[in-house]
Amino acid sequence: MNLRRDVFQAIADPTRRAILTLVATQAMTAGAIAANFSTARPTVSKHLQILTECELLQQEQAGREIYYHLNPDKMKEIADFIEPFRNMWDDRFNKLEAVMQQSLKNIKGNNTSKRTQ
Amino acid sequence: MERKTKVQAEEGRQDLIITREFDLPVALLFRAHSEADIVSQWMGTKVLKLESRKHGSWAYETSDPQGKVVFRANGTFHEFEPNRKITRTFEMENAPLDVQLEFLEFEPLGEDRSRLTMQVIYRSAAHREQQLKMPFAYGINMAHDRLQEVADLLK
Repeated sequence: MNLRRDVFQAIADPTRRAILTLVATQAMTAGAIAANFSTARPTVSKHLQILTECELLQQEQAGREIYYHLNPDKMKEIADFIEPFRNMWDDRFNKLEAVMQQSLKNIKGNNTSKRTQ
Repeated sequence: MERKTKVQAEEGRQDLIITREFDLPVALLFRAHSEADIVSQWMGTKVLKLESRKHGSWAYETSDPQGKVVFRANGTFHEFEPNRKITRTFEMENAPLDVQLEFLEFEPLGEDRSRLTMQVIYRSAAHREQQLKMPFAYGINMAHDRLQEVADLLK
């Protein structure tokens, strides 16, 4: 569970979210990523380290350069986190709808029988 | 099956927005929130108390098949406007979540359709994440149980 909390802490920071958005479309080097921010290069490096540690970013060596790219599986895990909660409410609301539609039928049925009496 | 319930959990916020459209007149959707026997059917819980009025209070309790209480929650209504709005507090007992504030808005979408919008506000963003993890943890436990069953069969 600790690792999971780290993922949420990782995406709670606006700079780190901006980094994830940047590398979503293409793999980039640390230098290219840092060029997009006014913050100091070591600060960006620290963010990259955190994102890599919790596996949201993956590193790939290409010659002398290290490229960072997004790990879509890990991103999906974050979406999956909300999914059980949503499923719980969806199940409840499906039941609510079924229960009330049944009572609606009963009301309509009673009205019809009253009319025919 | 099409998933009709939406949950919005924006980063850095301490609330959740749950929305759902129903094939029901708004009056019936509201009744499903104000009458104890109906609430117990769709929430799958025993309704100990449901005083459906301003400053009234409510309490739910769920037991497992062995009769052990596994869930208890309670709260108070702050606004209770039939077919329009419910504002209430929600407190799960023996859970480290603190009290939540819930705004339920009921809207008619024509004669036989309606929409419910629930805004749930937590004490902090961390409390919200904790809440989201609860059914997740529950799901993991279920998976473990099933794994155990399969493992037992293999013995």
